[in-house]
Amino acid sequence: MKKLFTLGLTAAMVASLTACGSGSGTADTTAAAGGETSAAGAEAPAAGGEAAEGETFKIGVIGPLTGPAAAYGIAVQNGADLAVKEINAAGGVNGFMLESNAQDDEHDAQKSVNAYNTLKDWGAQVIVGSTTSDPCIAVAAESSNDNMFQITPSGSAVECVAPDNVFRVCFADPDQGTASAVYIGEHKLATKVAVIYDSSTTYSSGIREAFVKEAGNQGLEIVADEAFTADNATDFSVQLDKAKEAGAELVFLPVYYQEASVILKQASDKDFAPIFFGCDGMDGILTVKNFDTSLAEGLMLLTPFSTTEESSKAFTEAYVAAYGIEPNQFAADSYDAVYAIRAAIEKSGVAVDADYSTVCEAFKTAMTEISIDGLTGAGMTWNAAGEPDKAPKAVKIVNGVYEMQ
Amino acid sequence: MSFLSYLISGISLGSIYAIIALGYTMVYGIARMLNFAHGDIIMVGGFAIFTVVSTLGMAPLLGIVTAAAVCTILGVTIEFVAYRPLRGASSLAVLITAIGVSYLLQNLALLIFGSNARQFTSVVTMPGLKLAEGRLSISGETIVTILVCIVIMAGLTAFINKTRIGQAMLAVSEDRGAAALMGINVNRTIAITFAIGSALAAVAGALLCSTYPSLTPYTGSMPGIKAFVAAVFGGIGSIPGALLGGVILGVVENLSKAYISSQLSDAIVFSLLIVILLVRPTGILGKKINEKV
Repeated sequence: MKKLFTLGLTAAMVASLTACGSGSGTADTTAAAGGETSAAGAEAPAAGGEAAEGETFKIGVIGPLTGPAAAYGIAVQNGADLAVKEINAAGGVNGFMLESNAQDDEHDAQKSVNAYNTLKDWGAQVIVGSTTSDPCIAVAAESSNDNMFQITPSGSAVECVAPDNVFRVCFADPDQGTASAVYIGEHKLATKVAVIYDSSTTYSSGIREAFVKEAGNQGLEIVADEAFTADNATDFSVQLDKAKEAGAELVFLPVYYQEASVILKQASDKDFAPIFFGCDGMDGILTVKNFDTSLAEGLMLLTPFSTTEESSKAFTEAYVAAYGIEPNQFAADSYDAVYAIRAAIEKSGVAVDADYSTVCEAFKTAMTEISIDGLTGAGMTWNAAGEPDKAPKAVKIVNGVYEMQ
Repeated sequence: MSFLSYLISGISLGSIYAIIALGYTMVYGIARMLNFAHGDIIMVGGFAIFTVVSTLGMAPLLGIVTAAAVCTILGVTIEFVAYRPLRGASSLAVLITAIGVSYLLQNLALLIFGSNARQFTSVVTMPGLKLAEGRLSISGETIVTILVCIVIMAGLTAFINKTRIGQAMLAVSEDRGAAALMGINVNRTIAITFAIGSALAAVAGALLCSTYPSLTPYTGSMPGIKAFVAAVFGGIGSIPGALLGGVILGVVENLSKAYISSQLSDAIVFSLLIVILLVRPTGILGKKINEKV
C-alpha cells in the first residue's frame, strides 16, 4: 500500500515537472519573439514556413549583438542590413523585396539556437549566421534537421559547414594556413619561417597545421615551430628568442590580435624585426587599447577585406554614412552573404512565398552555380561542400593603415 | 649565449613569482589561510597603474604609489569583510571564501574594464643592456625586476626580525593564543600582514605587466597560481623559501620551454611540484609542522 502511494506521488511529481518545463518553455519563446522583433508582430506561423506577409523574402540574421564579441555580430547585422537596403532600393529581386531580422546570440551556442528558433517563428526562409564558430555549429545541426538554408558570413571552423545545407563566405581555418603559405611562397617573402601559435585553440592550431603542411611545397623552411597556450599567453620571450636564433626571416602568427600585440612588443624589445605575417584573427590589432601602432608597421595579414581597396570604396562610404563607423571584414562577409542569396534567388527562381525547405533544396544547387564579385573576393564561387573559392588577399600595415598588396 | 639569455629571463620571471609568493607565504604563515584572491589583487594593481599612467597621463612612479595604496586598502578591506568573521571557522570555509573573493574581483574588473586586453605601458624607463656584441640583450625590465626582488626580500627579512610589528608577526605565527596572552593584538597584526602582502602585489603587478605587457581581468590568475606553487615549493610560510621557490620555478619554466617543448612547459613545472612534495612534503625550506591534537 505504502509502495503504491509512493509510486503515485512520484508519478504526480513527474507530471507536474513536465508540465512546468513545457509551460515555461512556451512562455520563453513567446516572450523572445514578441519582445525582440517588432517586425514579427502577432502573426508567426511556425512549421509551415509560409511567409507571413507574402510580400518579402525573409532573411534571418544571427550574431552576438551584445557581450564581448558584439563588434562582430553588430557588423554582420549592419552589413546584411545595408545589402538588403541596396537591393531593395534597386528594385528588389525577381520583383519582390528582401527583409532581414537580426537576433542576438551573445556568442553562446544555446542562445544561438534560441535565436534561430525565434527567426523560424518569424518566418525566415534563409539564415545568415551564426557569426561565430561554436554557435554556428550548434545552429547548423538544427537547420540541417529542418532543412533550412544557412550561410555563415564568418564561421570559420571546419565543422561549421559540415551539413550540406550550410555554406560560408569566409575561408575555413585550415584554408587560411594553406593560403598563407602559398602567398608567402609565391611572393618570395622569405624562405626561413618561424611559427608561433596557440596550441589551446582550434583556430590557431588548425591554421598552423595546414600552414606547415603546405610550407614544404612552397619551398619554405620551418626553422622554429613554437606553441603557447591560453594560460601563458603573455610571455613569448623564449619563443621569440628561438625564432631569432634560428634566423627566421618571417614569423607566421596564426593567432588573435591581442596576443599578437604582445608578441610584437616583446619582439621589438629584443630588436628582432622579421616580417610578421598573420591571418584574419590579426584584424583588429590597430584597435588594441594603448597599443603603440608603430610596432605593427610592416605587419602583413591575410584578410578578405580592406576599406582601402578600390572595390570597397562605395561600400565603405555607405556603411560609414549609415552606422558611423568603419566596416570590418565581418560586415563585408555578411554583405557578400546577402548578395549571394540574391544571386541564388535569381538563379533558382524561387517564389517569394516558398517554404524554407523548398528554398533550401533550390539553393543547394543554385549556390554551386553562381559567381559573385563580392567585397571579399572577385568571382567567388562555391562548391557543394559549402566552401567558397576566392583568391586570398594580403594587406600590409603602412603608416598605421592597411594597404592592399 | 642563448642559454644565458634563457636563464636570465627565467630568473626575472622567477623574481616576479617570488614577489607574488611572498604575499601567499606571509598570509599563510601568520593567518594560516590560503588567500587565493592574491593573484587578483595583482590584477587590480595593474589596472590602477594603467588608469593613472596611461589614462590620466601621470608619472609612472605616482602610478605605482597609487596602486600600492589601492591594493593595500583593498587587501585590508577584504580581510576585514570576508576573512575576519571566519577567523574561528574551518580552514575549508576560509579557502572557499578566498576563491569567492577571487572571482568577485575578476568579475568586477570585467564589468568595469571589459574583457578586451590593454597594452600596458612599461613603468620601467631604464634602457636595456647589450652584452657580447649584442648577442645577449637584457631588458631594463628584467634588471629592475631582479633588483626590486632582492631589495624587497632583504627589507622584509629586516622588518620581521628587527621591528616590534615584525616580532609580533612572528609571535602570532608561532602561537596565536599565546601571542594574544602576551598582549599582541592578533587582528591588527593579521591586518598589517594583509596590507604588506597587498602592497607587494601592487609592485608585482607593475613588474608583471611591464615585462608581459597585456592587461586583462584574468591577468593575475595564472601567475597567482604559479606563485602559489612557488610558495609551496620553497616551503610555505618561509620568506627565503618563497624567493628560492619562485626563482627555481621561473628558471625551470623557461628552460623547459626552450629545450624541451614550449607546449609542455606548464606540465613540467607542475610535475616538478609533485615530485618535490613527494620527497619533501613541507617544501625545500619548509619547517616540519607538528600538529597539536
